[in-house]
Amino acid sequence: MGMTITEKILAAHAGLDRVEAGTIVNARVDVAMGNDATAPLAIAAFREAGARKVFDRRRLVLVCDHFTPNKDIQAATNCKIMRDFAREQQIPRFYEGGEAGICHVLLPEAGLVVSGDLVVGADSHTCTYGALGAFATGVGSTDLAAVMMTGELWFRVPETVKVVLRGRPGPWVSGKDVILALIGAIGVEGANYRALEFTGEAVAHLTMADRFTVANMVVEAGAKNGVFPPDETTREYVYARGDRDPVFYESDPDASYADVLEMDVSALEPQVAFPHLPSNVRPVGRVGSIKIDQVYIGSCTNGRIEDLRTAARLLRGRKAAPGVRLIVAPATPEVYRTALAEGLLEVFLDAGAVISPPTCGPCLGGHMGILAAGEKALATTNRNFVGRMGHPKSEVYLANPAVAAATAVLGRIAHPDELKGVHRL
Amino acid sequence: MIIKGRVWKFGDNINTDLIIPARYLSSTDPGFLAAHVMEDADPTFASRVAPGDIIVGGKDFGSGSSREHAPIALRAAGIACVVAKGFARIFYRNAFNMGLPIFVSPDLFDLVEEGDVIEVDAAAGRILIPSKPAAEVAVAPIPPFMRDLLAAGGLIPYLTKGVGR
Ligand code: SF4
Repeated sequence: MGMTITEKILAAHAGLDRVEAGTIVNARVDVAMGNDATAPLAIAAFREAGARKVFDRRRLVLVCDHFTPNKDIQAATNCKIMRDFAREQQIPRFYEGGEAGICHVLLPEAGLVVSGDLVVGADSHTCTYGALGAFATGVGSTDLAAVMMTGELWFRVPETVKVVLRGRPGPWVSGKDVILALIGAIGVEGANYRALEFTGEAVAHLTMADRFTVANMVVEAGAKNGVFPPDETTREYVYARGDRDPVFYESDPDASYADVLEMDVSALEPQVAFPHLPSNVRPVGRVGSIKIDQVYIGSCTNGRIEDLRTAARLLRGRKAAPGVRLIVAPATPEVYRTALAEGLLEVFLDAGAVISPPTCGPCLGGHMGILAAGEKALATTNRNFVGRMGHPKSEVYLANPAVAAATAVLGRIAHPDELKGVHRL
Repeated sequence: MIIKGRVWKFGDNINTDLIIPARYLSSTDPGFLAAHVMEDADPTFASRVAPGDIIVGGKDFGSGSSREHAPIALRAAGIACVVAKGFARIFYRNAFNMGLPIFVSPDLFDLVEEGDVIEVDAAAGRILIPSKPAAEVAVAPIPPFMRDLLAAGGLIPYLTKGVGR
């Protein structure tokens, strides 16, 4: 019996010829990541255990992105704990200030993750890197501390579900819509503890940015990891950025899958997830009239340059509707710089947007765009749980950047095509 | 290990934002986190929970973020264990890594009422509800590796005691 790509990566890192779903293995970790919400706890556990040196100072990445620029004294203290630790351990990849961006956009962009890697991050959306053909999963701070000490961690080898994507996505349909539709179909526990492997001819039509978005949200269906077998698009991306040699794994033709799901993406409309679950999904055409107080374009799901380009295309010469607060946060300094060079930031400013520095801020209701009771936001993020962006009585709707731009202009959740009748200024 | 305690019931999809909202994550102080535990699900919970109490949850307990603040807040509030219909993956990992016992039982939820006292007998694989002598619920045994983690007091003691090497 053959192995899936997920099994192959875990076997290779556990020093085994083969592994089977359900067994627990101890595996070597290529890259470990912590951010300002999780690393301070890991550092405390590391110290409490009496550990002195991290397993490999070049393989631990520390990013201040959640509550930065420091929201309050606590946040500042957390970043100081990380900074002091990075100095003490001489960790070159400590990101803060003008170098920091949202970790899951920053790491691949900086070439720190390559195909074939085993990556753990003390952040649930670490699964994003599966887009590169890596095994990447979110863990807690104690797990991170264990990796910092030993360079290894225990994993239960997950069963894999194959997701076959057919057809070709239509206009305004992106990776976000593919993953929202999938979560809508299988539910928030639909892939619990499992790996989701994305194949089928539609994958060739998904850009790297689309794939990152899809892999980013597999955890919203409970999955341990999501993985795209590497192709030309992947190779081009990792060879241009990677700081190490990638290894390109493929699933064997006779690998065993727990389930096979098929989805025709050509039939897909842009999707909207209603409060308070990412699985509460409807096509945008069946949303009805929902007035929105705030539109947020950003996050590790949709804060990449491709996302900002899409939004700017629709916002150029148009304005956010009166009463709508539009917030745009480029996910990293590189995205910010590119958006500046391409004139996108000016488009956003002209549309009446607030441009935020790269930060997680609004996405998790941390700072920089909190909602009051009764307010509704449409966000390009990944979670719309109760209180996610502010008051427990506020509401979050999730959608792609094109829907977000149209919604900002019309003041209600809207299909991008509805802008055709709206004159440009 | 037998855990006996008073039940607090929460429904399906109790995610980590409900267990401890992100607005409190800039703190790692267990006492502070415990003071806000479950705040957006039940604002009065933190002031009424007592050490040794048990949370009984529905489907997908602990979904969402990887924040260990969630099991920390529960433990610091005195929660002895959580029994739910199912747990999200990272929460499951975190709980064992932190030494917070959690148990999967699809049936308990519909049988208990808030305030009932239950007895979780992990070794025997059953949960008793003394006030309802007829009611006995099976509970899935904890996998051996997780049992070792709990016995050691969590992942870090497990590693430093050398058991895991
Ligand atoms: S942008 Fe949002 S989902 Fe992504 S890492 Fe930051 S807080 Fe988490």
